[in-house]
Amino acid sequence: MEKTYETVIGLEVHVELATKTKIFCGCSTEFGGEPNTHTCPVCTGMPGSLPVLNKAVLEKAVAVGLATNCNITRKGKFDRKNYFYPDNPQNYQISQLYFPICRDGKVEIDVDGEKKFVRIHEIHMEEDAGKLVHDSFTDTSLVDYNRSGVPLIEIVSEPDMRSADEVIAYLDKLRLIIQYLGASDCKLNEGSMRADVNLSIRKKGEEKFGTRTEMKNLNSFKAIARAIENERERQIDIIESGEKVIQETRRWDDEKGYSYAMRSKEDAQDYRYFPDPDLVPIIVDDEFLDTIKRRQPELRDEKRIRYRDEFNIPDYDIDIITNSKKMADIFEETIALGAEPKKVSNWLMVETMRLMKEHDRDADDLSFSAKNLATLIDMVDKKVINGSVAKEVFEKIFTEDIDPEKYVEENGLKTVNDEGALTKTIEEIVAANPKSVEDYKSGKEKAIGFLVGQTMKAMKGKADPGEVNRILKEILSK
Amino acid sequence: MVITDETIYYVGILAKLFLSDEEKEQAKKDMSNMLDYVSKLDELDTENVEAMSHAFPVSNVFREDVVTNGDDRENMLANAPEERNGCYDVPKTFD
Ligand SMILES: [Zn+2]
Repeated sequence: MEKTYETVIGLEVHVELATKTKIFCGCSTEFGGEPNTHTCPVCTGMPGSLPVLNKAVLEKAVAVGLATNCNITRKGKFDRKNYFYPDNPQNYQISQLYFPICRDGKVEIDVDGEKKFVRIHEIHMEEDAGKLVHDSFTDTSLVDYNRSGVPLIEIVSEPDMRSADEVIAYLDKLRLIIQYLGASDCKLNEGSMRADVNLSIRKKGEEKFGTRTEMKNLNSFKAIARAIENERERQIDIIESGEKVIQETRRWDDEKGYSYAMRSKEDAQDYRYFPDPDLVPIIVDDEFLDTIKRRQPELRDEKRIRYRDEFNIPDYDIDIITNSKKMADIFEETIALGAEPKKVSNWLMVETMRLMKEHDRDADDLSFSAKNLATLIDMVDKKVINGSVAKEVFEKIFTEDIDPEKYVEENGLKTVNDEGALTKTIEEIVAANPKSVEDYKSGKEKAIGFLVGQTMKAMKGKADPGEVNRILKEILSK
Repeated sequence: MVITDETIYYVGILAKLFLSDEEKEQAKKDMSNMLDYVSKLDELDTENVEAMSHAFPVSNVFREDVVTNGDDRENMLANAPEERNGCYDVPKTFD
């Protein structure tokens, strides 16, 4: 029964653009300010104030459009979407209905090796709303307009996805493109990327779409997957029991694992869109377009191909490293400072991944500098420190981005290269462990490991294990 | 153009206006007059005329992405009917 239905999914993705200022005024977009300290007459909708478009918003929107294979609208404008709600001080949101900046794009997704295109219907620019906090003590709502007027793009896909896996692959693709462009940090859990899921079901083989619902409040990939599964089941139940799915907006409660209707089509809002007379038309000419095209950085797919050609590292490593622009940047910068690609990749794939897990950190949150990693690799190459000391120092680099040279100096972690001192210590160890010496001499090769370990311990870890091995064998062969 | 009771009722909801019966009748007349006036444009052939969104032949007015506004919260909140904890204090609103 279940299998006879096909899920049809389209996405509306809002992305907060990483500009310094808001879309129509010179207020800061910085997070974490005291309420209403980043506001002015424009972003609080004072009568008589005049919005002026932030050029960086247009540039970033066009850059995303080009990277997602869209046609760029050469003559565009802004429209007013009218609705009353306290988070929207103008009583309208400035958005684009009639001439969105980008149209008819597509991106390729890959689910377990199966590739397909998801078409993009349009991308438009708009402004974010303020924040409402309900105060139960006074039973009123407190409004903070710091986010009001923060620039957004809304990316509207065609209903081309058929499973939660495809949805996640599509979102991940958008995230990587936009992060690589530097247009946004795209964090679902922090709200700089938000996805609304439009979902309907139909019998397999049927042409006609079923009635769709729109799901809101999806803050993680896990929540999206769960909400899709849940909504599919809900709609199948409705249809199986002979009822009809109602077109409505639903809100997902991830903790309770179900959704509830917010508003249905019957009382859907009539937004009465009309052109915003305060904002002049936008003409995108060839020169503007060429400038953006020239500025487009290398995107992930191109980077993967280049890494394969340039560096001798496995595809698996390439995928992990390029899955975050931050990590790819660290990788390339460290190599540019002279480190061997294979060694840099090892530090990222092994120690960095381990510490990320331990500290519950995303690759996007990596905060150590390429310079310190390059120095560390150089110190190991030159045998200034040994491998286990290097791991200890790297942990400090990972957490506090310390300068490894200074740290090693201050904590006396340098490998002792004084052969006289090392030989003396080894002679003592040999004298104190006659049993192991005998074992070794009678052919138990493994016994040397114990003696090396004892020496390293006596040297407080600051010896080069290779050296210890060499000297030890010399002494034992006497 | 005749404006029906339903239209006035609907426009009232959209505009969040609560009109008395007399006001509704007056609004019907006013709206009808306005639409009749504008409908004069229908007499023109606008087949090949591009829709105009702006009165002046100006385009591409941009700002550079530079922070120009500082913290002016005190002044901004001076316009609020009610203020609390640096926020606009409004009647309870639900999503
Ligand atoms: Zn502002």
